[in-house]
Amino acid sequence: MGFIDTIVQGVLLGGLYALFAAGLSLVFGIMRLVNLAHGDLIVLAAFLLLVLVTGLGVHPFLAAVVAAPLMFGAGWSLQYVLLNRTLGKDVLPPLLVTFGLSIVIQNSLLEGFSADSRRISAGVLETASIGFGPVTVGFMPLMGFLSAVAVIVGLNLLIYRSAIGRAFRATSDDTVTAGLMGIRPQRIFAMATGIAMVVVTIAALYLGTRANFDPTAGPARLIYAFEAVIIGGLGSLWGTLAGGVILGVAQSLGAAVNPEWQILAGHLAFLAVLLIKPRGLFPRAVD
Amino acid sequence: MTALLETRGLKAFYGDFQALFGVDISVAEGETIAIIGANGAGKTTLMRAISGVLASDPDAILCRGEPIGALAAPDVLASGIAMVPEGRRLFPSLTVEENLLIGAYSRKVGPTWTLESVYELFPVLRERRSNPATALSGGQQQMVAIGRALLSNPDLLLCDEISLGLAPVVVRDIYAAFPRIRASGASIVIVEQDIGQALKVASRVYCMMEGRITLCGRSSELNRDQIHAAYFGAERHGLH
Ligand SMILES: Nc1ncnc2c1ncn2[C@@H]1O[C@H](COP(=O)(O)OP(=O)(O)O)[C@@H](O)[C@H]1O
Ligand SMILES: [Mg+2]
Repeated sequence: MGFIDTIVQGVLLGGLYALFAAGLSLVFGIMRLVNLAHGDLIVLAAFLLLVLVTGLGVHPFLAAVVAAPLMFGAGWSLQYVLLNRTLGKDVLPPLLVTFGLSIVIQNSLLEGFSADSRRISAGVLETASIGFGPVTVGFMPLMGFLSAVAVIVGLNLLIYRSAIGRAFRATSDDTVTAGLMGIRPQRIFAMATGIAMVVVTIAALYLGTRANFDPTAGPARLIYAFEAVIIGGLGSLWGTLAGGVILGVAQSLGAAVNPEWQILAGHLAFLAVLLIKPRGLFPRAVD
Repeated sequence: MTALLETRGLKAFYGDFQALFGVDISVAEGETIAIIGANGAGKTTLMRAISGVLASDPDAILCRGEPIGALAAPDVLASGIAMVPEGRRLFPSLTVEENLLIGAYSRKVGPTWTLESVYELFPVLRERRSNPATALSGGQQQMVAIGRALLSNPDLLLCDEISLGLAPVVVRDIYAAFPRIRASGASIVIVEQDIGQALKVASRVYCMMEGRITLCGRSSELNRDQIHAAYFGAERHGLH
């Protein structure tokens, strides 16, 4: 029973990691941009939620609905004004610029909110739980996992079933020819980052209500997101969910043996997958 | 009457390398012209300059008298000029049908060219609509590339070496679609190395060599020696 419980908690934690990773995966898949500030953007969104929750006195779920379009706009502008300029044959400029952005975000948050660790209160939902036979799962972790599944279903529908998704894939294949088809790659990239920031907002909701966070919490989230994306295989969103779950279960099992081993167990699982399948579990056929 | 498309002293560069040295061509409404020339003559460069992939002087390219030389590719498409690029350039992540639909991304699926009418033009594509574009034969891929461009309902269709690497019988099938494309009212620019094919479809022919137009005339009035001289250069021609 204890074992099953550990697995279930790990799977739910994995949903959170998949949420961290989905935006990163989307952006990388479309423009081969590795956003080193991704974790900090999640933390930034968590602070935005905190401000909305305390300022307006609204529930975090409602705050997320308000924050999502704001984050979309911020992501769109960030990509259009700044990150698009870094894209090119050379892979270094986007890494340098997003690394710089990471530092800017962390320091701005420290300036505005101090180094204290914070938490977003979800009220009674925080302690609510649902029993499934022998295992009891918390309402918020369960919602986090279901949200991750919903996000991945939604992104897959968007990418594979909509006109904008066709344009995403075409641009990812060949920006010059996409331009000949009337697609403006700069706007496609901005749209993709905007959508990634909506996912980031959802991730922030569950990050902020599940555990404490502070302005420097971003880089660790980035690492988990990276590991989930790489385990799953670049470019596959379902792979990213699987990657998140593997990471979560490994951490949960590690913690069950010895609480200090939680993080280490996740990294070891990541390394093990890389040793066995260097391209991840579900690599995309093309490139 | 202003031409549908006109270039005036068009120059193009790849970095410091000059690939076009003042090219003048014009295409009238409803006209089909051909541009011929050996490998490296600058035909593809000319197509890329017109379609906005390569930047040029604003006034060097005119569409119905309006300068379009400085426009980016999506804006050139919006003014009614669509391109079938050299090497087809289909999107490998997209199915046949998705590749076709991408052609209609920015221009409304028009009265003339719809998914349905493209499938009527190239029936084999309907059968293979759900296949990845790259799973098709070369000739079928070329049909997708042409259909994709048609779905933007262009006034001018630029076709860069559509017969490249295809068997003669396949080339004949593809060119069999041209009378219907012309009947839709579109003007056409065909870039070809196959001179016979070019003379057959086009009413006028331009010959290019080393980034310049070396010959221009009605297909019916040009003789073999003239074309040969313009294609390979006068010195070589003198050897015959
Ligand atoms: N991307 C490029 N960079 C540098 N030079 C190029 C490039 N593309 C073509 N060229 C050069 O420009 C000239 C014209 O090429 P191109 O327009 O492709 O000729 P064509 O289509 O008639 O075979 C050639 O000398 C070619 O080497
Ligand atoms: Mg060429």
